[in-house]
Amino acid sequence: MQKNIILAGVGGQGILSIAYVIDNAALDAGFHFKQAEVHGMAQRGGAVQSHLRYGDGPVHSDLVPIGRADLILSVEPLEAIRYWHYLSPDGWVVTSITPYVNIPDYPELDSLIEDLAGFGRIVLVDSSVLARAAGNLRAQNTVVVGAAAPFLDFPDETLLKYVETLFAGKGQKTVDVNIRAYRLGRAAGLFFRGLVDGGLGVPDAVRLCRKIEPATIDPAQAAAWAAAILGDRLLLEQTLAGESVVPCDRVAALA
Amino acid sequence: MPREVLLGDEAIGLGAIHAGLSGVYGYPGTPATEIFEFVERRTAKSGDVHAFWSTNEKVAYEEALGMSWAGKRALVCMKHVGLNVAADAFMNSAVTGTNGGLVLAVADDPGMHSSQNEQDSRIFAQFALIPCLEPRDQQECYDMMIEAFDLSEQLALPLMVRLVTRLAHSRSAVATREPRPQNPLKPTREIRKWTLLPANARVQYKHLTDKQPELLRRAEESAHNRLTLAGRRGVITCGIAHNYLLENLENGHDFSVLSLAHYPVPGGLIRQLVEHVDDLLVLEDGYPVVENMVRGLFGLNGVRVRGRMTGEVPRTGELNPDLVRSALDLPPHPTAHEPSPGLAGRPPALCKGCPHTDTFRALNEALSGFDNPQVFSDIGCYTLAALPPLEAVHSCVAMGASIGMASGAAHAGYRPAVAAIGDSTFAHGGITPLLSAVQQGVNLKVIVLDNGTVGMTGTQRSMSTGDTLDQIILGAGVAPDHLRIIEPTPANHAANVQILRDELAWEGTSVIIARRTCLEAIKRRAS
Repeated sequence: MQKNIILAGVGGQGILSIAYVIDNAALDAGFHFKQAEVHGMAQRGGAVQSHLRYGDGPVHSDLVPIGRADLILSVEPLEAIRYWHYLSPDGWVVTSITPYVNIPDYPELDSLIEDLAGFGRIVLVDSSVLARAAGNLRAQNTVVVGAAAPFLDFPDETLLKYVETLFAGKGQKTVDVNIRAYRLGRAAGLFFRGLVDGGLGVPDAVRLCRKIEPATIDPAQAAAWAAAILGDRLLLEQTLAGESVVPCDRVAALA
Repeated sequence: MPREVLLGDEAIGLGAIHAGLSGVYGYPGTPATEIFEFVERRTAKSGDVHAFWSTNEKVAYEEALGMSWAGKRALVCMKHVGLNVAADAFMNSAVTGTNGGLVLAVADDPGMHSSQNEQDSRIFAQFALIPCLEPRDQQECYDMMIEAFDLSEQLALPLMVRLVTRLAHSRSAVATREPRPQNPLKPTREIRKWTLLPANARVQYKHLTDKQPELLRRAEESAHNRLTLAGRRGVITCGIAHNYLLENLENGHDFSVLSLAHYPVPGGLIRQLVEHVDDLLVLEDGYPVVENMVRGLFGLNGVRVRGRMTGEVPRTGELNPDLVRSALDLPPHPTAHEPSPGLAGRPPALCKGCPHTDTFRALNEALSGFDNPQVFSDIGCYTLAALPPLEAVHSCVAMGASIGMASGAAHAGYRPAVAAIGDSTFAHGGITPLLSAVQQGVNLKVIVLDNGTVGMTGTQRSMSTGDTLDQIILGAGVAPDHLRIIEPTPANHAANVQILRDELAWEGTSVIIARRTCLEAIKRRAS
């Protein structure tokens, strides 16, 4: 077994923190691993990526070859697209759809989401909404780790252990925020996939996910949501038009 | 054996500590910075390794040489272009030889991720007639440092360990060993060896050339240089290039492979390979050093030598597994998606609220009356002011070059001659050209962007900031009336423009210090 991951984002978004968590989980599991990262000039708000490879046999190249990545894990939607030629034909993209706009020619978000939706093997989470719900906007990177967790080869406890180690120096409050961010990201990612696998289009799934109260997101209810919306197209617009957020279990009343 | 997750740079640092290191020296520079930082952090509690950033690479090298003279083990680390600055001391340290182990860890930057060129330090090792080790992975970074210190003491020569950005900044698990104790203080008394007056230098240089067969023998017999003879197609890899080859070879392949990691280039091993193959591909991350040696001026009879010089591998840029795949004539891997053409780029930029932005806005306005004014800049975050929207600086060549170049332009009659340089870069290479300008009375305007830190490489300590900086400038002879200090903020914009205009109007050497602390440094100090 070998897993090749491209971590992507913008300098300052905490890509190297994500790498730290997965590196140590790989070490814990007794895997071989290598993880190449970007330091220096690019860290000043530039595009930043890290190549992370682990497996039960020796890892040769520090860089993932083009066409060999199993997963792109991105904290930013434009940055996910920048590297998708690295993906193998059955590779997946897990990305935040919160844009980080620090360039004048940043594309329209809707067209970015459309490009991503066209790709198919994709998990989209709105990391800013979820990180804020967890208690700190800076925890967006941890949200995306949670969303990607089902694609990694480690139990949640292991990943959470290193989330905890990583933030231990910043106090218990920061640790708690990041543990919540991980759990919210994990649930939101699975919920999103549940909607899409249930037949909902990606743009609709994105809109619905943004409407659900983060703390209540329950992947087990995704299929019911998808069925309810597919059964009655008005239902989605009614749900979106209503009060600010909707608890996930509202679906029981709708079905 | 315990295992630790380490960057290539950090593995270099830990290897040195476990080899009995007594002092680490260097000047910050990507991709080498983390070597020093790791040693500094790791030994902070014990305090038994001297770790204090030097003013520049030359000073660092000389300090390390002094520690070696005193019998202790010293590590000096820098980026490839830093070795240009240290070259005088470096070249001559091969002639004096060493006492305590002296290892130069130099990180090259193929692909120029953060540099002005991609010069290959292996050529510097050849030039100085010293051995060079080139680790393939993080474990070898660690192991080779321990070996390099032993070799340095056995041969009484400085050793070079060369790595490239990709290895410097890639992490893996490294198995570590029991640390060796430090050497006792044991200064050398061999005065003639260390005093390179011509009569002594001739003797020492003869010693150095006499050692060469021994260096070559060790490289030929080194366990790091591995020859596997198989089919008639051969590959030579240097350092990290070996990983890219392995990445592309299938089990049961038929290539004959020589993997090199210990120099001088072992001609005997290469001869064995050459006599066995018809076709030889040379893979190295950096210059075609080995490729050109193997081919020579006239090529090899009956063996096609391929590589960067023949187009199978691009002449410039960083090596990677995809380029090696293509050089091996293997088809590209299928991918899930084509690259997206025309995707908006995201270049690095000055941070929001950066003091440099305010300085350059003021400078742009102050210069607006001149016809297409050009500003000589230097190396640091402020070089990013060359990009839109500021487009405020128009050169970047070498550490400290802004002041010398602006002076030269002024000598030629160019007006206004303006240099922009950071506080740490000023300490590194700006003091001597300023002194030179003052002595000549050059009509020169030097803006020192004093943000109190080495910003680009991660907010290391600056040697000349605040009062120290002011005193150096006055000490160099700049007239007190024409040393102006401004605080670059949006609120001070109009006043700052006026001060700059006043100095631009004055015929003489002025220095304007734009002083406000780096935001990143404030953030780091708080956390």
